[in-house]
Amino acid sequence: MSLAKITSVSGRAVNVPGNDIDTDRIIPARFMKCVTFDGLGEFLFHDVRKDPKTGQITNHPLNDARFSGATILLSGANFGCGSSREHAPQAIQKYGFKAVIAEGFAEIFFGNSTTLGMPCVNANREDIAKIAAALAKDPATEVTIDLAKLEVRFAGQAVKITLRESARDALVNGRWDAIGELIEGIPSVKSTAAKLPYLAA
Amino acid sequence: MPESLFQKVWNAHAVRTLANGQTQLLIGTHLIHEVTSPQAFGMMRDLKLKVLMPHRTFATVDHIVPTNELVEPYKDPLAQAMMDELRKNCAQFGITFFDRATGKQGIVHIVGPEQGITQPGTTIACGDSHTSTHGAFGAVAFGIGTSQVRDVLATQTMALGALKVRRIEVNGKLRPGVYAKDVILHIIRLLGVNGGTGYAYEYAGSTFDGFSMEERMTVCNMSIEGGARVGYVNPDETTFAFLKGRPYSPNGADWDKAVANWRSFASDPGCHYDDVVKINAADIAPTVTWGINPGQGITILENVPDPAKATAADEKAGIEEALAYMKLKPGAPIKGTKIDVAFIGSCTNGRLSDFREVAKYVKGHKVAAGVKAIAVPGSQIVALQCEKEGIDKVLAAAGFEWRAAGCSMCLAMNPDKLVGEQLCASSSNRNFKGRQGSPTGRTILMSPVMVAAAAVAGSVADAREVFSVS
Ligand code: SF4
Repeated sequence: MSLAKITSVSGRAVNVPGNDIDTDRIIPARFMKCVTFDGLGEFLFHDVRKDPKTGQITNHPLNDARFSGATILLSGANFGCGSSREHAPQAIQKYGFKAVIAEGFAEIFFGNSTTLGMPCVNANREDIAKIAAALAKDPATEVTIDLAKLEVRFAGQAVKITLRESARDALVNGRWDAIGELIEGIPSVKSTAAKLPYLAA
Repeated sequence: MPESLFQKVWNAHAVRTLANGQTQLLIGTHLIHEVTSPQAFGMMRDLKLKVLMPHRTFATVDHIVPTNELVEPYKDPLAQAMMDELRKNCAQFGITFFDRATGKQGIVHIVGPEQGITQPGTTIACGDSHTSTHGAFGAVAFGIGTSQVRDVLATQTMALGALKVRRIEVNGKLRPGVYAKDVILHIIRLLGVNGGTGYAYEYAGSTFDGFSMEERMTVCNMSIEGGARVGYVNPDETTFAFLKGRPYSPNGADWDKAVANWRSFASDPGCHYDDVVKINAADIAPTVTWGINPGQGITILENVPDPAKATAADEKAGIEEALAYMKLKPGAPIKGTKIDVAFIGSCTNGRLSDFREVAKYVKGHKVAAGVKAIAVPGSQIVALQCEKEGIDKVLAAAGFEWRAAGCSMCLAMNPDKLVGEQLCASSSNRNFKGRQGSPTGRTILMSPVMVAAAAVAGSVADAREVFSVS
């Protein structure tokens, strides 16, 4: 399987501020009753985009027409915590996002996103505020996440980002979906299993 | 060199190092359920892949099954479709399915241990974050995403970086009315909801030594709420006694060999830990959450925080957001907060010992008027045992609805849901906004006995007072 080498992501961005945004908020559980991931994008952040009581559209950033078409999501600390559902990164990706910049990510969410070829990069709080300020000033600001230089460029500025080396390597070398490599390893899988009593039988 | 259980299990299951430096890790046991597997089987078909070790994959149905409707087709066509899809996938790929008709169905994290599938020194994966539960047996058990479910189906492995290990030692005896649930809520409050990121938690100390397997499972279950993907307890005599005679446990001459092997995986004295935290059991009190993440907990005797007293700006914002959602007054006592629903169940606290303990106290009491109380066994086997012991009758006499096995009101994928702004005293593990089915529904997490006390009092209460526990 040959996969795209993801060395950078460029596009417009939208800021969804807040810490500890959990996967239930990203995609409420009732939308997980599905046998494929198609169509999940529509329900991204559903319960915060639509007032649950009145059914009215809220002032959630994703409802702000000035940011429609954004491909980069900006957020706070511990993004994607909670349930391990891959439905969350799938919904983000299916909605049209290609990358997420946040102060930090929950472990499982980070891994799931990387496997989908959607970089999740960490920036510090001050730098996220700078990007957010630029977006607030001009929603059309072009943002570039550079995985080679590990920086984000926007509105003539550049800030440092971090990304776990194993994930960075997987993305830039087109190995973010491990399945091909894992299949190659099957002969060794069998010999490892043969040495373990509970699997040898 | 002395090694931790995590290192030993990891090394025994490491197949090779991948190009990006991650390890291709053998997953000995793969558990699947209806919500996160259908998409993975879809990917398998697209890529024309076979399941490598169908005999090491076990399926059950838990999230979507209605708990008050036993006959198919279910009223909800989507639930029925997911049920049918799992049946079809298991039949086509040759996977054992603990379907409802087998009498062994239940929440995946209850079924594995019950069947003796969950064993020490093994690796386990499941497309569900509470897979950490199985660590109670000294297994290294990971919650994984759907793409990884595909990887494990196709190759019995996944790509992973090693974790650091934090030993959390709890010593001493818990005070009366304090349970395993309080221990883990206390730990998460102490270390934070992301304090465990990058770590496996090793739970140890005399409190854990004295714990039953069910209590160990309750704690390991919520490791993920503390940010740790893996949580485990070293296997000991309690572990072996639990496993003896279970359907998938080794028997005859194999049993002794297996026990010796299991024992060898326990952490060596003097091994390296990346961090150590020590907690005194006597410092733990009945704990409840007040906010919208499981780290926002206080003891039943404390007051809800006041944002005005917060020192950092984002702490203040976090408290304000949580209080606004929960409709709680800053600085007010949590005790006395009126509840609408009481839920006892889930993979955290839906086991036999949980219902036994509740029945012991609730006998002779009545659920307060206006409170909807439901008790949902975590598996058909738990249900049957409770029914044999008359626990269902005791709970029903007190005013609880006794339901069929499933995840029920832990999350919103079956008909058991909060309505509007209802507030639920819940023995489950997550209090996120909208978690229990209503986008404005509110959850307060606590131990099952505390839920029972809240049900009886009609408000968040101290079970030690309600039930005169001493
Ligand atoms: S009981 Fe709740 S947490 Fe446990 S598996 Fe079911 S939905 Fe998940």
